[in-house]
Amino acid sequence: MPKRNGNTASASPETPVRMKGAQMVWEALLREGVRVIFGHPGGAILPTYDALAPYEAAGKIHHVLVRHEQCAAHMADGWARATGEVGVCIATSGPGATNLVTGLATAQMDSVPVVAITGQVPTNLLGTDAFQESDVVGVTAPVCKHNYLVTDVNELPLILKEAFYIAREGRPGAVLIDICKDVQNAEGWFRYDFEIDLPGFEPWPQVDMEAVRKAAELINKAERPLVLSGHGVQLAGVGRELLQMVEKAEIPVVTTLLGTGNIPESHPLSLGMGGMHGEAYANRAVQACDVLIAMGMRFDDRITGRLDSFAKQAKIIHFEVDKAEVGKNVVPDVAVIGDLAETLPALLPLIEERRHQVWLQEIREWKKDTEQADILNYEVDELIPPFVIRQLWHATHNAKNGPPIIVTDVGQHQMWESQYFTHEYLGQLITSGGLGTMGFALPAAIGAQMAHPNRLVWAVVGDGGFQMTLQELAVIKQEGDLPVKIAIINNGFLGMVRQWQQLFYEKRYVGTPVWSPDFVKLAEAYQIPALAVTKPEQVAPALERALNTPGPFLIDFRVKEEVNVYPMVAPGAAVDQLIRRPKPAVMQGYSGVQPSW
Amino acid sequence: MKYTLIAWMRDKPGVLSRVAGMMRRRNFNIDSLQVGHSETPGISRMTFVVDGNDRMVDQVIKQLRKLVDVTRVENISEQPIVAREMALIRVSTNAENRSEIVQLVNIYRGEIVDVALDSMIVQIVGSEERVASLIDLLDNFGIVEMVRTGPVAMARGQMEHKYRRSTAVWRAQANGRDATAVERFRTGGV
Ligand SMILES: Cc1ncc(C[n+]2csc(CCOP(=O)(O)OP(=O)(O)O)c2C)c(N)n1
Ligand SMILES: [Mg+2]
Repeated sequence: MPKRNGNTASASPETPVRMKGAQMVWEALLREGVRVIFGHPGGAILPTYDALAPYEAAGKIHHVLVRHEQCAAHMADGWARATGEVGVCIATSGPGATNLVTGLATAQMDSVPVVAITGQVPTNLLGTDAFQESDVVGVTAPVCKHNYLVTDVNELPLILKEAFYIAREGRPGAVLIDICKDVQNAEGWFRYDFEIDLPGFEPWPQVDMEAVRKAAELINKAERPLVLSGHGVQLAGVGRELLQMVEKAEIPVVTTLLGTGNIPESHPLSLGMGGMHGEAYANRAVQACDVLIAMGMRFDDRITGRLDSFAKQAKIIHFEVDKAEVGKNVVPDVAVIGDLAETLPALLPLIEERRHQVWLQEIREWKKDTEQADILNYEVDELIPPFVIRQLWHATHNAKNGPPIIVTDVGQHQMWESQYFTHEYLGQLITSGGLGTMGFALPAAIGAQMAHPNRLVWAVVGDGGFQMTLQELAVIKQEGDLPVKIAIINNGFLGMVRQWQQLFYEKRYVGTPVWSPDFVKLAEAYQIPALAVTKPEQVAPALERALNTPGPFLIDFRVKEEVNVYPMVAPGAAVDQLIRRPKPAVMQGYSGVQPSW
Repeated sequence: MKYTLIAWMRDKPGVLSRVAGMMRRRNFNIDSLQVGHSETPGISRMTFVVDGNDRMVDQVIKQLRKLVDVTRVENISEQPIVAREMALIRVSTNAENRSEIVQLVNIYRGEIVDVALDSMIVQIVGSEERVASLIDLLDNFGIVEMVRTGPVAMARGQMEHKYRRSTAVWRAQANGRDATAVERFRTGGV
């Protein structure tokens, strides 16, 4: 969970110590509790790397060498999502720094606290198009919460402290510090007991109790209330309070992709994910509720569909820490601005115990009407992705050392995972929701695994996305056989794009067939054990084998190629105008067994 | 509709590009933007005129407030304000029309700040309308060169309030005390 330690100025002033800027970086990181950083060296950051030596030797800070800086940011991101701590990545100037951009944008879009440190050319060369110079602050400003160019060593300690503070507090995000090489080499006085003084930064807005009361009033009067909960619930660590609230007043819950697991998905009040690939009943509930309680979410177009027909019938209450999100896409009737960790506990006692049997019965009827359940327990004769995902759930949901962490990439497999895996815990799913960054899964899974060496971490990734960052397999090995398990859902296509081409571009598959190497041989080249699976009956044994093999394992699931993700709300359509899941041909042998959940 | 906003921000390198970048990225339409010093050392003041509707302006304000260096934003569109622009206009002249131009400029309470045989430079400070109207008139004589600012603006009234606060900062500084606390209060996180 995020640290809410706020301002940590200590009582007795710290005695400043004389040291180089390069060393200040590590001293600051130590004080921020950073143990692992992800990076790639180069000329302009070399002094800082050099100063790391004693800290590495003493086992205080461990540097993970990535194979591409984008993945340093993704690993820091995966680490941060898995722990709630700030993830840290480091790169050199110019190309090193520009390679970070995608990773920073990914973290920023999903409100993940990441601090990036980059080297910059010496101050006397700034602006001269020097070797490996690029305007990193300019390039990254639009994708960061804040960023800094450091040209004076005496400003470095305060900037480091501010950077962590800004990344962590309020709605988290990415902060970059670009440090000129001469500043790294220069000596200055280091102390870290500053009081942060940022008059323009208001991370935790004052809670208006009147708004909380108004929200409670609306909720208490509602006949068909619905919670739409997002990533903010996890960031505030209020899954339990949310469950208490919805159980007390019997309110069903729809989540966003990043809100997955906010309440257990097997809970009778959980309707799973809504939006573009949400279940029909979840979206129908959004369009039929009378009070919509949005919690820690930002009404992204993937969840709302066509805005002017989104939940028009409902009174909307928006719980949100970032004022700018309130009224951006949807204007709420009541805005409860502030930290959910404050507002939700304040709301709880004001909520009356209610039962909404009529409303829930209605939703249950809609649930019957959907075919998601059908897919799950039938006999398959072809290897289709939903089946693979469900098998993955069967094999892993009782993992020792806590629930498995599933890290998905972007595409069809990502949506299938969210539909067919039952997420029971907050933070169990790590995925790039906002930016939708292909290539995210493998590095983010590595970051999550480094944070939780004993937990089961699965990367679920498409054949396309895997080839964007597969070079990081080397990191798995170099870090001593990290036990990351990799499931490639290999459908021979950039599947999600192919699906759009099938549905909206008359099946013209331009640029979407994707040739892949033999992933098993590839894994072997990296000395990672691997298996290919082509038939349904091989799935369970392969998963078993992966789970029983210590260290990493890769399974290449060569699934049926042209399978689509349903239901689907076409872009620009209202969320209840969805393309239903057709009874697939493969289901003719369906035995009619009712699924168990 | 046009809105006038004032933003105060820490005078840090790059702050102007942060503000401008945010406006561009979020597709907000800036009509004009003026930046300069405020009464508080280290705090710059920007006057924006943005074109849009209430919801868009609400977003502009919130997104501006989200920038770490921006300490305060006010929407003064609904208040009585003083808004002034300035223009320097080089107009071509000859012996016949020179005095007519001078008369016009006087009517507009402008100033002739430079005179040459074939032209002169007119300076005008005033409301947008007044500046525009003089420009229109002078155009009949042939404008050769012109530079015109956007408006800088201030809310009318509230004098006492503002005066008292800035004095507190000034006094703290004059007495050699650290004014950051006062200043932070004054520029108020919000
Ligand atoms: C970096 C990046 N480039 C392009 C896209 C657009 N895109 C979204 S899904 C997708 C297809 C992904 O293919 P694959 O990884 O094989 O997964 P599948 O959809 O087949 O499961 C693409 C190209 C993206 N999200 N990210
Ligand atoms: Mg694919």
